[in-house]
Amino acid sequence: MRIDGKGLVDRSSPIRFQFDGIGHTGFAGDTFASALLAKGQRLMARSFKYHRPRGVMTAGSEEPNALVTVGTGAAQEPNLRATTLEIYHGLEVRSQNAWPSLSFDVMAVNDALWPFLGAGFYYKTFMWPRSFWEHLYEPLIRRAAGLGALSGQSVAERYEKAFAFCDLLVIGAGPTGLMAALTAGRAGADVILADEDSLPGGRLNAERHAVGDMAGSDWAAQATVELRAMPNVRVMTRTCVTGAYDQGTYGALERGAGAPQPGRPRETFWRIVAKRSVLAAGALERQIAFADNDRPGIMTAGAVRAYLNRWGVAAGRRVAVFGNNNDAHRTALDLRAAGVEVVALIDPRPKASGPKGDFPLYAGAMVEGTRGWLGLREITVKTGGGIVRLAVDCLAVSGGWNPTVHLTCHMNGKPTWCDAIASFVPTPGAVPGLVAAGACAGAFSTAACLAAGAQAARDALAEIGVTSAPPDVPEADDTPYRIEPFWAVPGAGRAWLDYQNDVTLKDIKQAATENFRSVEHMKRYTTQGMATDQGKNSNVAALALLADATGRGIPETGNTTFRPPYTPVSIAAMGAGGQGMGFAPRRFTTSHAASVQRDAPMVEAGLWYRPSYFPAAGETTWREACDREVRLVREKVGVCDVSTLGKIDIQGPDAATFLDIVYTNTFSTLQVGRVRYGLMLREDGHVMDDGTSARLGETHFLMTTTTAAAGLVLRHLEFVHQALRPDLDVRFASVTEQWAQFAVAGPKSRTLLNDLLDRPLDNETWPFMTCGPITLGGVEGRLFRISFSGEHAYEIAVPARFGASLFDTLVARAEALGGGAYGMEALNVLRIEKGHLTHAEIHGATTAFDIGFDRMVSANKDCIGKTMAARPGLTDPNRQQLVGLRPLDRAVELTAGAHLFDRAAPARRAHDQGYVTSVAFSPTLGHAIGLGFLSRGRDRHGEVVRVVDALRGKETLAEVCPPVFVDPQGGRLRG
Amino acid sequence: MRLTCPLCGDRDRREFYYRGAAVALHRPAPDAGVAAWDDYVHLRDNPAGETRDLWHHEAGCGAWLVVTRHTVTHAVLEVALAQDEGAAG
Amino acid sequence: MVDLEAKKPCAGLLPVAHPGTELVEVDLGALTSIAPFAGQQDAVSVALQNAYRLGFPAPNRTTGTKDRRLIWFGRQMVLLAGPAPAAALQKNAALTDQTDAWASVSLSGNRAEDVLARLVPIDLRRAQFGTGHTARTLLGHMNASITRTGADRFLILVFRSMAVTLVHDLNQAMEAVAARR
Repeated sequence: MRIDGKGLVDRSSPIRFQFDGIGHTGFAGDTFASALLAKGQRLMARSFKYHRPRGVMTAGSEEPNALVTVGTGAAQEPNLRATTLEIYHGLEVRSQNAWPSLSFDVMAVNDALWPFLGAGFYYKTFMWPRSFWEHLYEPLIRRAAGLGALSGQSVAERYEKAFAFCDLLVIGAGPTGLMAALTAGRAGADVILADEDSLPGGRLNAERHAVGDMAGSDWAAQATVELRAMPNVRVMTRTCVTGAYDQGTYGALERGAGAPQPGRPRETFWRIVAKRSVLAAGALERQIAFADNDRPGIMTAGAVRAYLNRWGVAAGRRVAVFGNNNDAHRTALDLRAAGVEVVALIDPRPKASGPKGDFPLYAGAMVEGTRGWLGLREITVKTGGGIVRLAVDCLAVSGGWNPTVHLTCHMNGKPTWCDAIASFVPTPGAVPGLVAAGACAGAFSTAACLAAGAQAARDALAEIGVTSAPPDVPEADDTPYRIEPFWAVPGAGRAWLDYQNDVTLKDIKQAATENFRSVEHMKRYTTQGMATDQGKNSNVAALALLADATGRGIPETGNTTFRPPYTPVSIAAMGAGGQGMGFAPRRFTTSHAASVQRDAPMVEAGLWYRPSYFPAAGETTWREACDREVRLVREKVGVCDVSTLGKIDIQGPDAATFLDIVYTNTFSTLQVGRVRYGLMLREDGHVMDDGTSARLGETHFLMTTTTAAAGLVLRHLEFVHQALRPDLDVRFASVTEQWAQFAVAGPKSRTLLNDLLDRPLDNETWPFMTCGPITLGGVEGRLFRISFSGEHAYEIAVPARFGASLFDTLVARAEALGGGAYGMEALNVLRIEKGHLTHAEIHGATTAFDIGFDRMVSANKDCIGKTMAARPGLTDPNRQQLVGLRPLDRAVELTAGAHLFDRAAPARRAHDQGYVTSVAFSPTLGHAIGLGFLSRGRDRHGEVVRVVDALRGKETLAEVCPPVFVDPQGGRLRG
Repeated sequence: MRLTCPLCGDRDRREFYYRGAAVALHRPAPDAGVAAWDDYVHLRDNPAGETRDLWHHEAGCGAWLVVTRHTVTHAVLEVALAQDEGAAG
Repeated sequence: MVDLEAKKPCAGLLPVAHPGTELVEVDLGALTSIAPFAGQQDAVSVALQNAYRLGFPAPNRTTGTKDRRLIWFGRQMVLLAGPAPAAALQKNAALTDQTDAWASVSLSGNRAEDVLARLVPIDLRRAQFGTGHTARTLLGHMNASITRTGADRFLILVFRSMAVTLVHDLNQAMEAVAARR
């Protein structure tokens, strides 16, 4: 029921929305909950386990009951709290966990079975037979219980993440937070004020308190205007600080306002880095446990005031108030002042003296039970004079207020019990740089909050050297908050604690009886506090009752650990920007467009995209293209983009000395203009990477790495230099991106190049393993006579801007010579035919000895990995050594990953002799070939082994042979 | 988590590559013996308290850093350039 | 003989504009990384002063202006943008041609800071990061060099091969920021 003249909603702006297909109207400023309450609708949801009808209980993000779903299809968002869901034109809301309808839900039959469904029921009941749990019990239980459902589709809307920095982060914009932000903002500090609500002010908007000479809500609005006008202050509304992390980092979730709009993120997940922070998160009201205390219409007393004062909504027509503290009394007064009938004020404290009002005060009384299935109709009150039944449609309950200490516990802090407020307060210093102030620190009056906010800000700023003027704190209400702990009304029936997970007082007692006495065990046994609300309303009462049941005090019972996030954060927000193109950068070579244009399927190589093969007209399989490309390299000339290999420019007086340390072989003896293959070990003696390095000048080298290890090798070089040998004068610069580099391979490679180069090549001045500068049409480039294919080959490099053009030119010229472009498949076949290695072989567990390169480890000098490579275990002759493999039946394929066994041995783990690392069909030889590792392999050339691929169910016999299949003498390289 | 790079200033953990214990700074001589090399390559303390480890400011200036931090409180106590620490050690 | 055609890293990708921001490719001229050898920074500094009238920038700073600029580029390294490197530098420093290694873009507009706050994990607001300040940091998942070249203008460099991702990430952030108000 909307009360004329009350509240902060804009009655000139009606807003139409739907709930389960039925149209409703609210006003700008309404939440879904306030708009429905205004229509007198109390039923909003069904409970998790028993499908009990539930209404709204709170007016904030702690809401356990009123969870709803918004949107359909990919945009569907479940479990939104009706209390924080702002209505907008066209909003469509659906109820959850109810079938066929919210008011008639067949699964409510569970409620009749409640004596059997208590804590531990599932664990005890669904044990046998064992396999039934996964296939029968769990699916059934999951279908019967639950909250809203995800759509199962990729999110359609955009989410984003962002970074922010400040001197002072103020968490919460109630009286404490506003005053802290004003104090810091006026001092010129760089301030972020974040509040989860759409409207700053916190409880000032929910109460009738005055601040200074104006209404509290007006003061909050005025303070917000002042703050927004300060260039050094950012006011972030709808932004819930969800977690406190190391070194002053905070996570915060910002919700988009209003209806979804194209391009605008639905949510933004902020990482805020603050030098200091003030926690002004306020307090959350708790319930009292009594029989059937979960009916629609039973709410916290503070929520009833909030709906009345902020939204102008009376939560009922005949309201009773039940509370153990003076704050609850305000609810009765506020309702009466607004003309709502207050049936009774019930206070369990025997000596409670009530406020003056035209309603009965029952001191020393308590609510024993309630009636009304779809909504509260009646309460039973036990008074000194006997049982009284009162007809009410709303019961406002307060068991007291719990400071919102959650963030102070995110870095392993434990809160401290405070008798004065019968709740926990933050332990100072629990989060470095964060100070809790105001209600979240146990100061409950408006005056105390304002003063605490100002002081906290001043203290925080002083620590970072910002001086602030003594604050001008306005006067405000300072009525003492008096409370006597009162957790539960004795009696039969089910008294709810955790509404969202349907945990009752009986469950807590049962946990204690069954010796789940630790609060952490009780939590897991009963599921108390494990739902999406994380027990914000119920945890303190639950552990107080556990303390009672186990005969201990509350401090020694302790409490469960609060972990981030404070409110639910969608995975889409945390992973924002990480989908599709945002998952990882895509690195494109300069020939990318040309390759795509030639219909080459592009494959990922790390972050790079490389052409798999270049299909020609009439070819229907990749193998046809691959075989053709191999042949054209072996017979004519092929062109391949090899720019993705890492290229590191190494310069300095000690460059050669340095390379001798990182490579197993010697580079200081390399002549200028020559290239050498190098092998690099990890310090543990295994091979890290290989590649060629060219000596461009006396103090200038160019190292190449494999595509995959480019980053790793540069990091390694920097480590060896900075951490181990800072005395060496050498500098590194990655030039991978500077040069577009192409392999030109095949018998006609020199012919091709000589058509292009400004000065032609010959074999005398450009023998195998030479390098030097060249020019093409005036463009300065570099040429390396090196070969991965085993053919007479070159790699030509030009500045990347010319890469696309050079690739086109090279391919055109190659095609004119009967050759053409080749891709990764052919490149792989060529190198396997030649026995050249990739990370399939140097996979991290192989040594120089294993690959037959132990003589490349120079005896004359130390190098990284040398000492450990000499360990007996790494040079054991029985180790698996690199070999070639040829199938005996030349018609069959080999498969990589297959394992090797003696011909007569069973194919079992104990008899394993090795494995296949790389395989290919060799068009040059006309049959399959493979590389692999085999125990004592180098001594077993000619032997026949079983090749068993258990995964693919294949087996064949193969002959062990040297790993170089084509041109073992290297005549082609030098031709 | 944040680290203050001596060159770049206060930065988010995502800019750094973690390597491991700062033991790696003190490479034994080739003939130091099996125990010394075993220590260097394989053996690591796992303290509940102060620890020193190596980080690379890979997405920043490229400096290798020696970070002294507390594994229980997560406090970062010191960040120094490896080039200085290594030579000193 | 051959006539090679030059292509820019962001050819066909830029410019793009959204309310409050604009992204264009910039041609910085020659790019040369300069890494002074041990003990040679003063000599390099003198050579830079003589050749270009530019001081050797401190960490996280740049010197110079549009046509000739020195950008601090990491540990023991600065990037000379504009002129070709003077021969006198060769003696005391490792010089490496980087002209083609980087995609260079300029993001400008009154919401440029907001756009970068979506992608860059450091504080780029003007009070902390003024004109002439530079940083080696991340933009999305990419290593980047980011320099403030004006009140509402940033120079951004990432590896050339990542130009498509750079434009994609910035464009997305520009769109999202523009959609806010």
